[in-house]
This record gives sequence, structure tokens and C-alpha cells, in this order.
Amino acid sequence: MKKVFKVLALVLALSMVVAFAACGGNEETTAANDETTTAGEGTALDFSDIKIGFIFLHDENSTYDKNFIDAAKEATSALGLTEDQVVMYSNIAESSACYDTACDLAEDGCDIIFADSFGHEDFMIQAAKEYPDVQFCHATGTKAHTEGLSNYHNAFASIYEGRYLAGIAAGMKLNEMIAAGEITADQAKMGYVGAFTYAEVISGYSSFYLGAKSVCPTVTMDVQFTGSWYDEQAEKEAAVTLMSKDCVLISQHADSMGAPTACEAEGVPNVSYNGSTIAACPNTFIVSSRINWAPYFTYILECVAGGTEIAADWCGGIKEGSVVLTDVNEAAAAEGTQKAIDDAKAKFLDGTLKVFDTATFTMNGETLTTYMADVDTDADYTADTEAIADGYFHESEYRSAPYFDLRIDGITLLNEKF
Amino acid sequence: MKSGEVKQHEPLFHITKRASVVWWKAWLVRVGAIVIALFFSAVLTVVLTGENPIEVFTSLIKGAIGTNRRIWVLFQNTAMLLCIALAVTPAFKMKFWNIGAEGQALIGAMATAACMIKLVDYISGPLLLITMFIASVAAGALWALIPALFKAKWNTNETLFTLMMNYIAIQIVSFFAGEWAVPKGSGKIGIINGNTMEGWLPAIGGKNYLFNILVVAAITVGMYVYLKYSKHGYEISVVGESQNTARYVGINVKKVIIRTMIISGALCGVAGFLLVAGADHTVTRDTIAGRGFTAIMVSWLAKFNPLYMVLTSFFIVFMERGAIQISTSCGLNNSFSEIITGILIFFIIGCEFFLNYEIKFREKEGKK
Repeated sequence: MKKVFKVLALVLALSMVVAFAACGGNEETTAANDETTTAGEGTALDFSDIKIGFIFLHDENSTYDKNFIDAAKEATSALGLTEDQVVMYSNIAESSACYDTACDLAEDGCDIIFADSFGHEDFMIQAAKEYPDVQFCHATGTKAHTEGLSNYHNAFASIYEGRYLAGIAAGMKLNEMIAAGEITADQAKMGYVGAFTYAEVISGYSSFYLGAKSVCPTVTMDVQFTGSWYDEQAEKEAAVTLMSKDCVLISQHADSMGAPTACEAEGVPNVSYNGSTIAACPNTFIVSSRINWAPYFTYILECVAGGTEIAADWCGGIKEGSVVLTDVNEAAAAEGTQKAIDDAKAKFLDGTLKVFDTATFTMNGETLTTYMADVDTDADYTADTEAIADGYFHESEYRSAPYFDLRIDGITLLNEKF
Repeated sequence: MKSGEVKQHEPLFHITKRASVVWWKAWLVRVGAIVIALFFSAVLTVVLTGENPIEVFTSLIKGAIGTNRRIWVLFQNTAMLLCIALAVTPAFKMKFWNIGAEGQALIGAMATAACMIKLVDYISGPLLLITMFIASVAAGALWALIPALFKAKWNTNETLFTLMMNYIAIQIVSFFAGEWAVPKGSGKIGIINGNTMEGWLPAIGGKNYLFNILVVAAITVGMYVYLKYSKHGYEISVVGESQNTARYVGINVKKVIIRTMIISGALCGVAGFLLVAGADHTVTRDTIAGRGFTAIMVSWLAKFNPLYMVLTSFFIVFMERGAIQISTSCGLNNSFSEIITGILIFFIIGCEFFLNYEIKFREKEGKK
């Protein structure tokens, strides 16, 4: 028995020591935070009593969520928010767990609550109805403009412009292969690994294709779907299938490293998504487009601090810094790629270039003059909004999430079961 | 183990079964094991992460019971895990290794969601709820009946069979999630009947999860009585101990296996029903979230006693809920609290071993 007391005393002593040690550590980090506050450009807005909560589907081991987590850290520290003002929950499933967490954050005193995954949307709306004074923001969702809640908001980015720019890099690479005699102009076929036949994916691969076509007119494309947003093995297999069908360049929407690593193994050039894969694929990675969420986080924080309304739908573009491209990998890309991308980017910025210009694509051999898109989400997929005007398809204007779901010529869908 | 009469080659130590330990001593040992486990985890926390262990434990407790809402969520999650643990228990007691609870509950959840989507135009209110309930119980029972029939008729391996049935259930849910997705192609069904709340279990006194908790409490008592006092419960124990004995005393083993598995599957179906109608209001392939497997641990840790299962499921969910908070306030990955849970469970199982057996060393032989 005496021994037990000795052990207990030891435990207590040890934990005290550790407690003090940890306290010291905390002070240091607060000091560091204060510095960034003063270093940040002096905005007139006061962020000192704003609290923001984040809900992520996975943790930083997923590239999709890491992109959000990094942006959240970047935006909040740039505005001088302290650790107490930022609460992040990761690994929150697309179930009542999301609703519970959102309510928990609201009770915890958060002014803004953000969730990052598509399947979180309904649960965020459920929580938004219960806490009308708290702002609920959700990435990639589609219902804010029809739900009619003043405290529920959707956000996305015009990533189709980024994909178009990445497509230019792909087209340049194809031209280089044709010039070198590796393939003929008719053999310029790209492969694309998609997740589902969802508007976001269709919009993504179509804009990628049109970007490539703008520099390499004979290009065609095969698309293979995996039926999952994240399935490394299936994405790898899809990439291999596409390569066996003589696709000479691969790009993907799905989130894992499956397609890029398959390309590296076969020496087939790859245009990536969600961030650079150059570390794993030094010989085949050309360029990657991604959404930078920091501008949106800054925007919502400024809105709340300034007492202004957050837009029901917010779609950031190249100008806002929401759509970004990684550095071009000179080892794999064709010569002049960076310049071609910069030129197109300048045209996007001055409004002279439109991704879905009806003069650049056809459907069943015909140029489109009208198209009803399914903008308002409903169970019957009712097409409700005319999306073509002034000679181009108005993507992400009537709501932030993409709704371009046309099957344009030049693209073959190998499997449409998903 | 036989205690040897031959003295020449006596091993350094050997393990013998202990005579029963006084109840208060047993509980003292258990509490002691938990204290040592906590101390061990604290040391590990410091060594691996440099975080203050007291801070880590505080946020663990806060995460589980820090606010009213968290307490409700804790009880809801405990109820769901407990429900599935109760479901697998009769089968395990019979030594029928049903590891298909995940699939049985998921197919029940799927049946519930299907009724909510497809029948809402024809029936509503309590009638819809009753239909959903019957459908989910039937679906869960069917999912368990198939492997049970094969086991009884052809003595197939129930472990593999029930495991495979899980994957079939997951793929069925994936298929319908694509088929009934809103918006098209997203692969997500989303909240069903969000505006009308048709097929939603009522929030008793404004508490969303109270209904679920009460239902599972009733099932717990029912299962305790069923296993301990009913003829069925006795038959299950006998079949579990020895099928030959069961046959000798005139128990129809095949019948008991099939009957017990139907009960097991039906209860899993109830869990699926409660999860969809009482909490999520949607179905995804992750609706059961691994509870079908965690439930096996809950059941074993409680030695198949439904009342102890309340404690073990509460403990595991408490740690899970706390884990989420640790990763949030201390910036540690969720996996870290899983390590702590693992350490605690290791010590608990370890102390059970020492309560049942004792190690006798050579030197002390004869004296102790």
C-alpha cells in the first residue's frame, strides 16, 4: 500500500512540473501572435471580439481539407486573430455530427461558422435556422440562393478559369509532342479522371478541354469516372485505363495521388489539381490549378467585423486571388507555357476572354444559342435558368457552385454509370 | 494447465486460474488499472507531443461533457453504440461470430431512408414511422438470416460470410446514393423531407435524441431479461458452451442459431432506423461509422452482460467525444486520443486477466 502512495505522489509531482513547463510555452506563442497583429496592415476594422469556427470533413492528411485548413490559418493570422478566436474541428462526418458541431460552435460564441464539404450543407442549414444571429458559410454548396436564410451563405471560385489556364499548358505540351513527331495531330488525345458526372466535374473537364483546344485545335479527350471523390486505387486504375486507350496526357478532378503517380510510373505528362504534385512526380507534373480559400475567409471576417451582409453566393476569381496556378514545372512543360498562361490570364482579367464562349464549342455539331441549366436544386433536377447570353455560358453567376453540365463535342465519356 | 508432479523441469513461472476475488478487491484492481493507464498516457503525452497532460485530459472531459449539448450528443452516441452491441451479444454468446453488424445496421438505415423518400407521397405521420420501423427491422433481420441459414444448413464460415455481407450493404447504399442524389450527380442524398419533417422521430420535450435514448434503454433491460431469465437465453448459453451438450439435452441447435441471428439482425435494423429517423435524416455509406465493429469490443469488454455494456459503450464514446476536443484545443491529430483509448483498453483487459489468473514463480512455489 505504501508503494501505491509513493507512486501517486510521484504522479502528482510530475504532472505539476509538466503543467508549469507547458504554461511557459503558451506565453511564447501569444507573444508571437501579437507581433503578427502589429505587422498586419492597419485596417480600420476591429477583429478583437470576433470568433470563427471551422468544420472540416477530414484532417490535414487529405489534400482537399489541407487546402482549407492552410487557408484558414493564413487568413485568420493575417487579420491578427488569436488562437482563442479560431476554433477548428476536423474529421466531422456529413451526418448529424456536422449539425451537432455547428450548434456547439454557435453556443461557444462563434460569430461565423464555416464548413468545407458538400455533404455538410443540409446540416449547416439545419443549424442556421436555429441560430439566426450566427453567420453560417459553406463551400461548394448550392442551396443558399433558394433557401432564403439571411445567415446562410455559399461560396465557390471560378475554378473553371484556372482549369482553362491549366488546359493551355496541356495543349502546349501536345503541340510539342506533335512537333517532335511523337504523335500525329489526330493522335492528340488527353485522358481525364473524374469523380461523378456532377456539374462541378463536368464544368472542370470541359474548361480544361477548351483551354487545350484553344492552342491545339485537333485535341480530343476521354473521361473515366471513379464514382468516388477520393479513392486512390480507383483513380490509379482509371489513369491506367486511359493510358491504355492511347491518351498521351492525363489530368484529374478526383483528390488523391492515384492518377499523378500512375502517370509518373508510365512517364505520361500530368496536369494536376488541388496543389503541386512535383515532389512525387518530378518528371511528369506540368502545372496544377487550385482554389485559394484565404480571400473568402478574409472577406467573411471583414463583413462581420464591419457589420455588412455576406453575399448569399460568393464566387472568387483570378482577380480576388481565389483561383491560383502553381509554378510551371520546366522539366515537363513545353517551352513558352508560362507566357501563354500569363497572356490568357490577362485576357480573363480585362474580360475579353470567356471560357464557355459558344463560338469555341459545339454540341452534336451545332453551336448553342440557348441552354436551360439546373441552378435551383431540387429532387427532380428541373432545368430552370437560361444560362447562355451575349455569346457565352454564364458559369457561376446565378449561384456560386458550377452548373455547366453540357456534353460538348470532342469529349468522350467512357463510363457514365456514376 | 496441469500442476506437475514431476519436479525436474519446472518452468520459471506458470499461470494458474485464481479462485474468485472479493468484489471490492476486484473493483479496486480495476480502478487502479485505469489510474495507472492514465498515468502512462500522461507520460506518453509529454514525451511524444510536449503538451501538458492535464490540459489534454481537461479538454477530453470538456469535449465529452463540457456543455448540455455535448452531454446529449454523448448519450445519443452511447445509445447507438449500445444498441448495436446489444444486437451482436446473443450471437456472440452462442459463439456465432457475427461481424456483420455494420452491414445489418446499414441495410436497416437504407430501408428507413428508402421509405422516407419513396412512401412519403402515400402515407405520412405515425403510419410512415411504423412502416419505416418494420422495413428496417425486416431488412436487418434478412441480412443476418442469410448467413445464419447457410451456417445451419451447410456449416459455412459465418465470420467471412457476415463480413462480406457488410460490403454488399455498403455498395447498395452507394448505388442508391447515386440514384437518388440531390443535386444530380453529387452522390449525396442530403437531408430527407427537411421541410415537412415526415418520417422524423419526434423531439420529446424539444430534445432531439431523447426518443433514441429511451428506446435503447428499454432494449437494454429487455435484452438483460431475455438472456438471463428466458428459456431462449438459456438455450443460447448452452449452444455457446457446447453444441454437443445442447444436442444431448434436446436443443434444436439449428433453430437456435437461426432464431438468435434474426434477433441480432433485427436489433441492428433498429439501430439503423434510429440513426436515420432520429438523428441523421439521411443515409450515406458511412452512416454506421464503424459502430458495427466497435460494438463487438463493447460486448466483449462487458463479458456479454447488457448492464455492463452501458458502462463500456459509455466509456468508449466518452473517449471518442473527448478525442475530437483534444485535436481541436491542443492541435493534436485525432489519432492521438485513439492511442490513449488503446492504452486504457489494454490496461482494462490486462487487469481482467490478472483477476482471473495468477502467475506463480518457481521460487515461491509451495509457499504463496
